Amino acid sequence: MKRALARLALASTLAAPAVGQVVVIEGGRVVPVSGEPIASGTVLLRDGEIAAVGPDVPVPADAVRIDASGKWVTPGLVHAQSRLGLVEVSSVRGTADSAVSDDPIAAAFNVFEGLNPASGLIPVSRGGGVTTALAIPTGGIISGQSVVIDLAGETIEDMVVSSPAAMMLHLDEQAAGLAGGSRAELMALVRRLFAEARSWQTRPDDFQPWQRDTDATPSDLEALVPVLDGELAVFVDANRRSDIENALRLAEDHDLRLVVTGGKEAWQSAPRLAELGTAVVINPLDNIPRYDGLRARLDNGALLETAGVPVVIIEADVPNARNLRWAAGNAVANGMSWAGAFRAITLTAAEAIGVGERYGSLEPGKVANVVIWSGDPMELGTAVERVFIRGVETSTANRQNLLLNRYLGER
Amino acid sequence: MSDRARWVSLGVLLSVSAAAWGQDRPQYPSTYEPRPYPSILLRGATVMTAAGGEIEGGSVALRDGRIVGVGDQISAPAGAEVVDVVGKFVTPGLIDTHSHLGVYPAPATPAESDGNESIAPNTSHVWAEHSFWPQDPQIPRAIAGGVTTIQALPGSANLFGGRGVTLKLVPARSVQEMKFPGAKHGLKMACGENPKRVYGQKSGPRTRMGNVAGYRKAFIEAEEYARKWAKWEADSEGDAPGRDLGKETLAAVLAGEILVHNHCYRADEMLVMLDVAREFDYQIRSFHHAVEAYKIGPELAAAGTAASMWSDWWGFKEESMDGILENAALVHGAGATAIIHSDSSQGIQRLNQDAAKAMHAGLRAGIEIDRNDALRWITANPAWALGIESDTGTLEVGKRADVVVWSGDPLSIYSVVEQVYNDGYLLYDRSDPERQPVTDFELGRAAGAHLSGDGDGR
Repeated sequence: MKRALARLALASTLAAPAVGQVVVIEGGRVVPVSGEPIASGTVLLRDGEIAAVGPDVPVPADAVRIDASGKWVTPGLVHAQSRLGLVEVSSVRGTADSAVSDDPIAAAFNVFEGLNPASGLIPVSRGGGVTTALAIPTGGIISGQSVVIDLAGETIEDMVVSSPAAMMLHLDEQAAGLAGGSRAELMALVRRLFAEARSWQTRPDDFQPWQRDTDATPSDLEALVPVLDGELAVFVDANRRSDIENALRLAEDHDLRLVVTGGKEAWQSAPRLAELGTAVVINPLDNIPRYDGLRARLDNGALLETAGVPVVIIEADVPNARNLRWAAGNAVANGMSWAGAFRAITLTAAEAIGVGERYGSLEPGKVANVVIWSGDPMELGTAVERVFIRGVETSTANRQNLLLNRYLGER
Repeated sequence: MSDRARWVSLGVLLSVSAAAWGQDRPQYPSTYEPRPYPSILLRGATVMTAAGGEIEGGSVALRDGRIVGVGDQISAPAGAEVVDVVGKFVTPGLIDTHSHLGVYPAPATPAESDGNESIAPNTSHVWAEHSFWPQDPQIPRAIAGGVTTIQALPGSANLFGGRGVTLKLVPARSVQEMKFPGAKHGLKMACGENPKRVYGQKSGPRTRMGNVAGYRKAFIEAEEYARKWAKWEADSEGDAPGRDLGKETLAAVLAGEILVHNHCYRADEMLVMLDVAREFDYQIRSFHHAVEAYKIGPELAAAGTAASMWSDWWGFKEESMDGILENAALVHGAGATAIIHSDSSQGIQRLNQDAAKAMHAGLRAGIEIDRNDALRWITANPAWALGIESDTGTLEVGKRADVVVWSGDPLSIYSVVEQVYNDGYLLYDRSDPERQPVTDFELGRAAGAHLSGDGDGR
């Protein structure tokens, strides 16, 4: 047993799906997310995509058949704000590649080449059913550009689904400090940056250093252009109600594709967020008051859901991205609907990070990221049994399993 | 006379000598008083006693702050209010051996950051209770998570962080009003990376060997200090030795009057610390964090040392890299005392979920655990680690009426705390905003029912 597990852990994680390879997952409770659950359904995977989902799906003769009776079958979970692949041991500086220090305006910074496909956190996260993540830069006022990755692959190119996926901006207490100590100055700085980016875009030849209003580099300004053109989403970290509403004002003024993250007091702006259709990415466990969000509460998600705001749920602890499902479960315990909370870690999350057309639900044509669970994914006793990424079964074995086996044997 | 007996008798001497030091005057005594409340019969629940087994359709009777009945055939105490809890679960109040509530309070400004006296590697002279802020808004949130008792500890910057204090988790104006009557102090010690990180570029220690030399030096000095006092007690020759708060604390550890709570992640370091404890003949009551405790379960069992653990924290620093989900279950399986602790103002709100996660991980690995064991990890076992196990931690007649009513199975993620009784007083009621404590800090600040979400807020 020990040996078998060890081999499993060292096995290659991602093979290209063989053309024509068909996997059929039969008999499980299928939660497509995009539609009603199917008590006993079939999910058919072909060429790395979902080919069919339903109660009665014809099974090709050459299909690899997987019996999922008694199990739950869902799309792989989507973590909309992680540092997976970018941080190995947060206290070991050399293993952390998510931030450029001393550059508060790092719009041109894209984390792509900082990714480590061999990160030990990745199989552990798969073990919690997470198959796709937004890998984000952190720190500063503009942290840089995030990328969407699937949690499998030998190379960066293998993993990355989209790059850049979103620009990360902070309109919070910390960013105000970096802008000189006032939220008002922070807002003014961001507006000056946007104006300069437009100016750079339209008149690069006239762009003279002595006319500059900020010290952003030309490449940072260039990186902001797609944000202003509405081609690239901007994730704005804001917790205090006034900060959230500053973000909304900024987005309206500049026609930005805005997603609010943090959002501790978002429940107070719920009607406006709903009206604008702005998604909010929350950590539903964070009810600890700070001056940056004194009105934090556990039912933030429930209140947002009731108001009609698209809610995305994250797990804030990087090594424990595997607990994403339990973050959602706690939102349910505090009033969110089960369907809404599960959507918040699958389809709504995929939509927020710009891959909703391809990810987040079990629908024909979507990427075949599928998880088989021993039961309700959000329940504490439920385990991940099998994980498929792009139609290929992917191991969740990791060195924690090896440690367990070694010391279990010594008992 | 054995070493142990020698130090115990020295402890007695030290206590006796208090008169001579003026130390017989009260030292920050507990002024905690249970709040009066009518007698209660919680009737018809699944009662998980943490003393073994579950009682279907069970009842728990509370009177004068104590449990006066547990079972399926309990009659109501005279004049008791009968509370129908059919379909719900009742457990003991939860206990956290490792909390920084009050010493690292919200809103986390430097003004209230009082957890680490990081000026020197040995600050055994400081007491966490002298930092503790009872208006920390994290406290009512922990209460709403079913916690009735905590140990508030200094941080882990120092080899010796100072004394910890065991508290009833109740609204109060002062820490004294929360001090668990009769509970011993804890001593916070820390191994590994933290003291190295904090002092490595200063006075040291810079290495783990420096850490260990630091513990040994301090205990050698504490022995000398205790000997001086013992001699003076015996012969009264000359002036009394000078009082030293730090050495007084460590001498009390050697006398068994203070329980050692040792932050330590790695198995090898824990085994070194057990040897340090043998060298100076003291007990380590519990290792804390102990992410590699599963590697040394038999040694922990033999030493009678508990492990206070998270269910799943790992990966945030080098000494946490070998954390596994089965840690608590393996420690339990080896016959040692397993405890789930929080070290977190968020985690403390969900200790039940962490116990459940750790239980299920263990069950999947084939380790024998039952639901009562898992409940004990957050009730009876932490009570033992704090030395208050005869008073709280299980639902047994005669114990303090620290009782939680859950909406459903506490080992399910969907269950929430409905009521918390602390010494028989209904401190928290999810359905009644008037029974949801609010700290002074949050008056006029917290809009909405920040705790339960069920009320319309104040």
